[in-house]
Amino acid sequence: MDPVVGIDRAFWYILVVSAIFLTGITLVMIYFVVRYRRSRHPQPADIRGNWRLELLWTVIPTVIALSMFAVGWKSYTGLRTVPAGSVEIQVLAQMFSWIFVYGNDKESENLLVVPEHTPIKLNIESLDVIHSFYLPAFRVKADAVKGLPTYVWFRSGDPGEFTILCAEYCGIDHAKMLATLKVVPRTEYDAWLEQEGE
Amino acid sequence: MTMATIPSFFETPAPAGLTGIRAWLLTHDHKRLGLMYLWAVLFWFAVAMIIGLLIRIELMTMGRTIMSAGVYNSAFTLHGVIMIFLFVIPGIPAIFGNFFLPIQLGTDDVFFPRLNLFSWYLYILGGVLAIVSLFTAGGFPDTGWTFYVPFSIGTKHNVPLTVFAAFVLGMSSMLTGLNFITTVHRKRAPDMGWMQIPLFTWSLYATAWVQLLATPVISITLLLVIAERLLNIGLFDPARGGDPILYQHLFWMYSHPAVYVMILPGMGVVSEIIPTFSRKAIFGYKAIVFSSMGIAIAGSLVWAHHMYTSGMSDTAIFVFSLLTFLVAIPTAVKVFSWVSTLYKASIDMSPPLLYALVFIYLFSVGGLTGLVLGAAGTNIHVHDTHFVVAHFHFTMFGGTGFAFFAALHYWWPKMFGLMYNFRRAYIAATLATVGFLFHYVPMFVLGLMGMPRRYYDYLPQFAHGNGLAAVGAILLVAGIVLMFVNLLLSFRSRVPAPANPWGGCTLEWTVPSPPPLHNFPLQPSIQEYPYDFTEILRKAPRS
Repeated sequence: MDPVVGIDRAFWYILVVSAIFLTGITLVMIYFVVRYRRSRHPQPADIRGNWRLELLWTVIPTVIALSMFAVGWKSYTGLRTVPAGSVEIQVLAQMFSWIFVYGNDKESENLLVVPEHTPIKLNIESLDVIHSFYLPAFRVKADAVKGLPTYVWFRSGDPGEFTILCAEYCGIDHAKMLATLKVVPRTEYDAWLEQEGE
Repeated sequence: MTMATIPSFFETPAPAGLTGIRAWLLTHDHKRLGLMYLWAVLFWFAVAMIIGLLIRIELMTMGRTIMSAGVYNSAFTLHGVIMIFLFVIPGIPAIFGNFFLPIQLGTDDVFFPRLNLFSWYLYILGGVLAIVSLFTAGGFPDTGWTFYVPFSIGTKHNVPLTVFAAFVLGMSSMLTGLNFITTVHRKRAPDMGWMQIPLFTWSLYATAWVQLLATPVISITLLLVIAERLLNIGLFDPARGGDPILYQHLFWMYSHPAVYVMILPGMGVVSEIIPTFSRKAIFGYKAIVFSSMGIAIAGSLVWAHHMYTSGMSDTAIFVFSLLTFLVAIPTAVKVFSWVSTLYKASIDMSPPLLYALVFIYLFSVGGLTGLVLGAAGTNIHVHDTHFVVAHFHFTMFGGTGFAFFAALHYWWPKMFGLMYNFRRAYIAATLATVGFLFHYVPMFVLGLMGMPRRYYDYLPQFAHGNGLAAVGAILLVAGIVLMFVNLLLSFRSRVPAPANPWGGCTLEWTVPSPPPLHNFPLQPSIQEYPYDFTEILRKAPRS
């Protein structure tokens, strides 16, 4: 399964269950406030608790929370397990641009070109302060830290262009530290790799 | 002598003999100190709110709207530093805690009244240092309130002074915590057992332990940042073999527990208001007490859920994600208890209750979206985006902020002996709530779409959401301004408040409004159960 699918399922699971809880709590609260307003219900009941109910609403949320944890963790492992045969590209972050270094030492700035339908592994490091490599279309993000190499991977899919952003505040031009991911057919990728650097 | 003829604390300086401004600036009275905090905290809240509004107006349109990128970066740093260290953390404990904790315990003051005064001066000093850092040596930091290294070590802005201001404010918070813990242990009315303490005071007690135990970590960390900048030690700087992730651990080891310092007192406020206006016992008193302590303990063990993308090990992510989900449980228990208290109650709608109900709604949204952030896989996508900004504003502003507004409306008559206009209060609350939703809901969507936070400019697909958020911000600020104007107008209309305007049954409602210097002319009698409304109902007119 593609990691993006796993992540999106986890989003839907958590958001839908949360929306049900929120709607339930809000409707019950509004109903009580209207139904038991003082003009209509002057004499309150003296209820101080109910251990069965309290136990129930401790146990059920615990089970739901643990299921959310499990779904979240499972989707995360998808992001970490790099399939064999992936194309590896080095990513270097600096104030305020992205440098991509390919297997044949070709370099490009703010433009990442990858072949279609291929697992891509990006090895990420920073040259100065902390940045964060963020590719929302593929649900991946990893902080670029000097001296602490890390990685992300994704399956490139159909050809297209996607935005890469810096997600860790890094100074005056943080918001301009953008790059483009270009997914191209294999032949086009091979030809691009052999071109002279910019 | 009847209670009503005893002069209030406004007319009785402590120590005796002080007059004029000295009666305030040298006071040992916890009530005067509470009010002195009130005005100082409200000043900072107003400043940070205006900065926040300017930030949203800057983001209203793409490109430059009203300020440069440099000013914008300092603006969000200033907004965060002031809101966190000068409003949200001290807000409820320093103002309402100081004023009402001793009264709810049936005593005349905190255990260390002079230390209490000293804490106030530290608070003021911290604020003054923050102002000074604006205009000296490179100006206010552009680092964000998190001061992440190595950026905060390299920037030319005045990081050391601002960090030192935060250090001083931490001292103030720690000493207040120390004072509250000792007061709860040593100064309770003689016949008040632990299970007879009102829930607001319980929440302050749980908070105080976190303040006392977690604040030293941030104090040391902030001093290390100063040392790193001035002495070039190389502790956090990778260029000198240091570890920037170590800084993040130390920072969040305090700053995550600190979010429970921020929210627990707000939960305490709501736990007072709901029973009072329901005329009914809080549902599950003990469950609320234990969940407060549970949140304080478990909340201290989840700090690294701010760091899933930092490059720390997957094992650490597994553990911190699991613990994070466990903190959700006591929080859910509290929400269920509040809503159940309303069941078969006799509910009197009033401005404090309206704010408390809005709190429950907004805080629930904040808590539930926290589940998205606690889960490892989903966190990666929305970490450091507008989703996080919306999430923590729902908890810190929709939660603590609205609890603060609820507390203001609940205890205003007690603190000043004056009633405010209800109609204006309802309009203000409604306006603020609608503005709040228009302001922050678009940010959830922006975050899911992939807009990072702390962005001065953005891509065209984010334009709609940011435009809407700016409109919401204007409505929100209008509501809050109206709320404060309405409260302040009570000084002009001077409608006197009775001792117990709401029919509350904790001890502060048994003393005159405003209370006399020593709070209780006679030793108060302590109810067997703190939320027993039998007496209140017996005296209430039959309708």
